[in-house]
Amino acid sequence: MSRKILLEHIDVPGINTFDTYRKMGGYRSVEKALKTMSPEDVVEEVKKSGMRGRGGAGFPTGMKWSFLAKPVGVPRYLVCNADESEPGTFKDRYLMEKIPHGLIEGMITSSYALGANTSYIYIRGEYFYILRILEKAIAEAYANGFLGKNILGSGYDLDLYVHPGAGAYICGEETALLESLEGKRGNPRVKPPFPAIAGLYACPTVVNNVETIAAIAPIVNMGGDEYAKIGIGRSTGTKLISASGHINNPGIYEIELGLPVEEFIYSDKYCGGIKNNKKLKAVVAGGSSVPILPANLILKTANNEERLMSYESLSDGGFVSGTMLGSGGFVVYDEDSCIVRNTWNFARFYHHESCGQCSPCREGTGWMEKVLHRIEYGHGKLSDIDLLVEVSKKIEGNTICPLGDAAAWPVASAIRHFREEFEWHIKEATLSQSRNFGLLAAHEALVK
Amino acid sequence: MNLAFSEEALTLSKALMKRYPEGKHKSALIPILHIAQAEFNGWLSSDAMDYVASIIGIKPIEVYEVASFYSMFNMQPVGKCSLEVCHTGPCAINGAESLISYLENKLNIKLGQTTADGMFTLKAVECLGSCGSAPMLQCGVNYYENLTNEKADELINRLTAENRLQSYTDIK
Repeated sequence: MSRKILLEHIDVPGINTFDTYRKMGGYRSVEKALKTMSPEDVVEEVKKSGMRGRGGAGFPTGMKWSFLAKPVGVPRYLVCNADESEPGTFKDRYLMEKIPHGLIEGMITSSYALGANTSYIYIRGEYFYILRILEKAIAEAYANGFLGKNILGSGYDLDLYVHPGAGAYICGEETALLESLEGKRGNPRVKPPFPAIAGLYACPTVVNNVETIAAIAPIVNMGGDEYAKIGIGRSTGTKLISASGHINNPGIYEIELGLPVEEFIYSDKYCGGIKNNKKLKAVVAGGSSVPILPANLILKTANNEERLMSYESLSDGGFVSGTMLGSGGFVVYDEDSCIVRNTWNFARFYHHESCGQCSPCREGTGWMEKVLHRIEYGHGKLSDIDLLVEVSKKIEGNTICPLGDAAAWPVASAIRHFREEFEWHIKEATLSQSRNFGLLAAHEALVK
Repeated sequence: MNLAFSEEALTLSKALMKRYPEGKHKSALIPILHIAQAEFNGWLSSDAMDYVASIIGIKPIEVYEVASFYSMFNMQPVGKCSLEVCHTGPCAINGAESLISYLENKLNIKLGQTTADGMFTLKAVECLGSCGSAPMLQCGVNYYENLTNEKADELINRLTAENRLQSYTDIK
């Protein structure tokens, strides 16, 4: 369960340079694809791999690729989503900074598969220093004949550019990203049409996350069937997990999907346990948007089965007792954490990041922030708790893009699992200003 | 309008516009706004935005509506160094709030304000993708992570000594 694919050569000195990356076997997938495979063959291998999109939604990448329309005489585009901004997630940054050629190789092989001759990497503006790293790596790839005209004598042409955003979480949503790339406000588009039919400049477009595209090279190298053997069930392959919060070893870990959550939290190979020998209270397992789970439910499912780091196991129990793997942004909360404060913090985030297009999201996120703020600061009413649930339900499913859902779920799940803590904040308004509620809702995990 | 880009910035802007298909060079708007902010003291005045519109050949309103949407574009004057402390979830539970209080006291300003000498603006911003190295802040193109009060002191001393605009793009 410790197989490394994306980060296999992370510790090799100079792996950020073309020469070292190439010496370690880099760009083999480009050679294999362009010289021995048709674009359709590449798509087929990706389908066989069963890999699901690593940005958060978990949609099978090969299937997404197969939806791409191919009208004659119309350009097609591949756009890499490097707008990483889901709170708790910092894996793409690590990958691009340490092994920039991994993404570039994936972009070339994927662009070939999709028939794109111009591709863009849309990177969040705050990552400007990484944009420079990528541009340097792209220049090296051009100089070595892996980008530009007639790559490796195959007759295939590709130009690759990096494009900065300017601070907007919503641009991680693929149609908002495309709007932004066209030089507009990041307002998500009404779908259909999906980008596969009408994306960038109204042309057929695939948008994939950084980690997804970087995984294309190893998939092509080893073959989709081999890749599908890694992992567990329909959660094939490895996943980068961004670990943060109250743990001893925060950082990026590549795990084989199927690793037990308990091992991930407590093993010294991964998070190394809870900081200062405290107890585990809760985990947000897949970025701020996914439901928060108390310690008992993150370690074991409601059926008392071991919870695993996989798409299926984390979502076991639906939203009643489960969550989602999401982007792999794994945030750990210790016994002293205040769930109300954290929920208010996330609500403020979504209010700030709502693009304002849809009323339920624009108004609802602000409303939730305001109500949570007054509960946190000792001015709440007991009826506020149901009001929050009510508002979250009115946002969920009623917006053009998933930001509304992403704003609703953290609030609804925090109340579902930690209702007593919200009530305590309201009933003990004075006391709640000087100390935290503690562990009550997570009681079954106290064995640790 | 008396504003104009340096020759270097103008050349770069024109090259950026060529990265997109013919007739789609409006795509270069955000990259060029970053350059404008670096050229024009760290913020986008109406004159600056009008100038950008003239370079790209689009209407000024197309620039205003974009510039005002994105959090990295400053619609008001700012200090030479914007200290942007991440205060979202994972940073908030690992010291962001005390770092902000420390900086407020040290610089004698509140969040959103600029020091009287025009050197520092203090901001709280949302997730910068540095959750495993909290608390942290961004200033210009650089991330400063795993901050302590001592490290924050050193940073402020260093930035004061550098005494220049810290811009997101390192064009200057």
